[in-house]
Amino acid sequence: MPASSPLSPVPLLSLYRGMVRIRSFEDAAEVASQGGVAAWGKEASAQPALVRGPLHLSTGQEAVAAGVCAHLKAADLLTSTHRGHGHTLAKGADPTKMMCELFGRASGYNGGKGGSMHIADFSVGMLGANGVVAAGLPIAVGAAQGLKMRGVDAIAVCFFGDGAINRGPFMEALNWAMVYQLPVLFVCEDNRISATTDSRAMTAGPGASARAAALGIAALQVDGTDVQAVSQAAGELIREIRAGSGPRLLHALTDRHKGHVSVDPGLYRDPAAVAAALARDGIGRARAQLVEQGQTAEVERIEREARAEIDAAVATATAAPPPDPGAAYTDIQNTGAGVWA
Amino acid sequence: MSAALQLTYAQAAALALSQAMDADPTVLALGEDLGRGGVFGQYRDAEGQPLVQRFGPDRVIDTPISESTIVGAAVGMALAGCRPVVELRVVDFALCAIDEVVNQAAKNRYMFGGQGRVPMVLRMPIGIWSASAAQHSQSLEAWFAHIPGLVVVAPATPADNHGLLLAALASGDPVVYMEHKELWPTTGDVTPGAVVPLGQARVARAGGDVTLVSWSRQLHTCLAAAEQLAGQGVNAEVIDLRTLWPWDKDTVLASVAKTGRLLVVHEAIQVAGFGAEIAATVAEHTDAKVARLGAPRIPVGYAASLEAEARIDAGKVTAAVQRLLRR
Repeated sequence: MPASSPLSPVPLLSLYRGMVRIRSFEDAAEVASQGGVAAWGKEASAQPALVRGPLHLSTGQEAVAAGVCAHLKAADLLTSTHRGHGHTLAKGADPTKMMCELFGRASGYNGGKGGSMHIADFSVGMLGANGVVAAGLPIAVGAAQGLKMRGVDAIAVCFFGDGAINRGPFMEALNWAMVYQLPVLFVCEDNRISATTDSRAMTAGPGASARAAALGIAALQVDGTDVQAVSQAAGELIREIRAGSGPRLLHALTDRHKGHVSVDPGLYRDPAAVAAALARDGIGRARAQLVEQGQTAEVERIEREARAEIDAAVATATAAPPPDPGAAYTDIQNTGAGVWA
Repeated sequence: MSAALQLTYAQAAALALSQAMDADPTVLALGEDLGRGGVFGQYRDAEGQPLVQRFGPDRVIDTPISESTIVGAAVGMALAGCRPVVELRVVDFALCAIDEVVNQAAKNRYMFGGQGRVPMVLRMPIGIWSASAAQHSQSLEAWFAHIPGLVVVAPATPADNHGLLLAALASGDPVVYMEHKELWPTTGDVTPGAVVPLGQARVARAGGDVTLVSWSRQLHTCLAAAEQLAGQGVNAEVIDLRTLWPWDKDTVLASVAKTGRLLVVHEAIQVAGFGAEIAATVAEHTDAKVARLGAPRIPVGYAASLEAEARIDAGKVTAAVQRLLRR
């Protein structure tokens, strides 16, 4: 497609479906995680939670994942953050195998070895959530370089948060992508909070897009709660990248509705700011627009189907067996496999 | 397989790399200064030509001074179907990429449940060389031997720097490949294409009175010490471990069964060094007397008189053997 041809917008109903599936997944995972870890003065429950470990919810940020991934092909590669369920679902992963992984089941994507923080589906090009802030950026530029070297017609996309732009790998990876003119889209999900601290108090300058511009990387900043705005901007940037433009950056201002992890009540946040974030929820706004367009029946069908899909995922994951202890010794390395002491 | 060539330790590795690149179009190399053949000339062929002239800048990639992204990008390249060889110049600089080595490359296969593989060779030269002081002289092999997912290799000869690099490239694992900076110009016979299997030690000198286990440059120190000891009536067996993980317990235990005495010698600091692992394992499996000889727990100093305190020479090895024999 020539870079000048007009981009046909992704239908709002389709974007809405993408967001609702993520919200349903996050809501169900949140319920399943309560009491899983001791945190914020509360003990872990005596009865182990179904999701035992830290669960970083992307609730409120769905429009970014849905809007960007609507433009990706199966061959495109993606790296994510510790808050990666939405990216994984939007790239095409199966919510049942994802939920099984969160529940630590043998039938999860990683056989129970990774959990939420390492959710991944390599079969759809989703190369993994990451427990280390900014670690996905160098991996994404290398994936883009590998695709380019092998002559594969695909791009890499890298999600990261506003906290990541203060780590060295952010600058290194952007510079690298520009130097080698790599087919990579950087997506900053700027929820303006780094774990539990306001990012603005510790970030010089206006943020990710300004830092990209300093390296000559064209960037767009959008309202990351407006799924159509995200989709339109991502579509334009991805079209340019596929046409050989080199790297691009999308700076999406978004809202994290929940705490840093699911058991964090987020009491350190300004209640008025949280209320404002909930009021501008991208899912609610898209829904209102669709209802106004007379698509209530379709909206309700999407919501019903998403709930049913996630309910089934939870039921399957609840019943699924844990990995055999012997699996702790597999998938480590070829050389010396079997020698662990 | 062709006839043996006289090559330097550096040329032997370059020949292995170019053979692998010829055989497999997904093999590539990346790192600082590779465009002019590597800072030690280890990316030049035996005629002195930089490998980039033959394979082009997309496969011999000159990179920014961005160690995190050199290793992180190599992980991404591996996941996208390539087999990268990563040059980190000296192991001291690999510390700038420790997350990418330890949390990303080493853990990828396991934490994603075997969905992916990250075949790569991470070249991290070790050792004291030419008055380079505290940040260019370390031997950190024990750090990496501690990490599941990694293979750790430390060749001592040109033949091994050829054959072990071929094996590392073929292994499919992330391999921490530790050449020694003072071995680059050493020469020896190299048979092109002769693979040296990972995890197999070599008995470099046979003897019956004491077992010396070492690797990298200290192998040569131990061989020199063995000659001194022979003059003192002590017949030392010298084992070149070659691979630190997985290490060849069978060869070491068989030798100690014969000699009853073990001295592990390494240039790395003795405290919590890999010699402790070998000595403890031998003590757990035999009644042999065991000892270690490594550097004192001091940074490497610049002045020759300071640097010498961190070096292990043949005299120190011989003295340690004599102490062991008196125990």
